[in-house]
Amino acid sequence: MRELSLNVLDIAQNSIAAGATLTEITVEEDTAADRIVLTVRDNGRGMTPEQVRKVSDPFYTTRTTRKVGMGIPLFRMAAEMAGGGLSIESVPGKGTAVTATFVRSHIDRMPLGDITGTVVALIRMNPDRDFRYVRKWNGREFAVDTRELREILGDVPLDTPEVADWIDAYIKEQTEAILAPSSGEGPEDVPGN
Amino acid sequence: MKTLAELQAIRDRAREKMTVRGDHENAVRVVVGMATCGIAAGARPVLNAFVDEVAKRHLDNVTVGQTGCIGMCQFEPIVEITMPGKEKVTYGKVTPEKVARIVADHVVNGNPVVEYTIGELMK
Ligand SMILES: Nc1ncnc2c1ncn2[C@@H]1O[C@H](COP(=O)(O)OP(=O)(O)OP(=O)(O)O)[C@@H](O)[C@H]1O
Ligand SMILES: [Mg+2]
Repeated sequence: MRELSLNVLDIAQNSIAAGATLTEITVEEDTAADRIVLTVRDNGRGMTPEQVRKVSDPFYTTRTTRKVGMGIPLFRMAAEMAGGGLSIESVPGKGTAVTATFVRSHIDRMPLGDITGTVVALIRMNPDRDFRYVRKWNGREFAVDTRELREILGDVPLDTPEVADWIDAYIKEQTEAILAPSSGEGPEDVPGN
Repeated sequence: MKTLAELQAIRDRAREKMTVRGDHENAVRVVVGMATCGIAAGARPVLNAFVDEVAKRHLDNVTVGQTGCIGMCQFEPIVEITMPGKEKVTYGKVTPEKVARIVADHVVNGNPVVEYTIGELMK
């Protein structure tokens, strides 16, 4: 994967495949701690400890079209390459949380890339499921939650083109707004930073 | 700034359209492969390009969806298009640049872009 946002999209696809009705994506950047933490948490069918152990093995998959599962091993590799790591917490019948940490300034850390594009693609593709996206930057944060948008939209679906465009623009604006005013540095997915 | 009031206005406009739109017998389905292999090969911008093109042309009868790995990873990003009464057409190595032509020729006018199909790529 060329950008971490693509790994996030791929890991979130596991949540969809696991039947999650709610998937929460958190992107946390902390420049002082020199750290990035990416989390995908879902309320899908979950995994047993045995399954969790196996998914670290790139030859494990429950898919039938191809023998190898690549998603989690690739994400783990991206994290370990950048001085971090990956952890999986899962409870059968309850859900799963996949967390990857990265040393932000590490030379081998992949760029975050278009994380807004990932969130919008997920919402557009799964208008009947809910997503919560939380973006944190040095202690400032914002969240967008499709459950709250649904309250406003009523019977108008989330994949209505104008709605998806609004969500896209909203996330971009909110990301820019959490840019710390004191320093010249801002979230990586804001143009100009 | 994007406001929730704006979202309410979008909702009200969409509701007006929903009532005049009705059902579609001539529904077209576009699905993009979104497994690891597809995403790594560039499926996300392809998907967003289809959604944008369909919205731009107001093609209310077209839905854009996703599918998993169909076992031909070397041809990702893969896009399948199904039209009523016609056989499914499978495109391989799709890029956002190819999307406008696929929508214009195939989705709107019913003529598949043969040179972009997996069948052609395998020759
Ligand atoms: N969020 C989740 N909930 C439940 N099971 C999961 C979850 N994430 C992964 N798994 C299990 O772990 C397996 C391996 O996941 P991984 O993403 O590595 O490969 P895959 O999804 O099977 O294939 P690929 O990602 O290469 O298309 C999955 O097949 C699934 O059984
Ligand atoms: Mg996967």
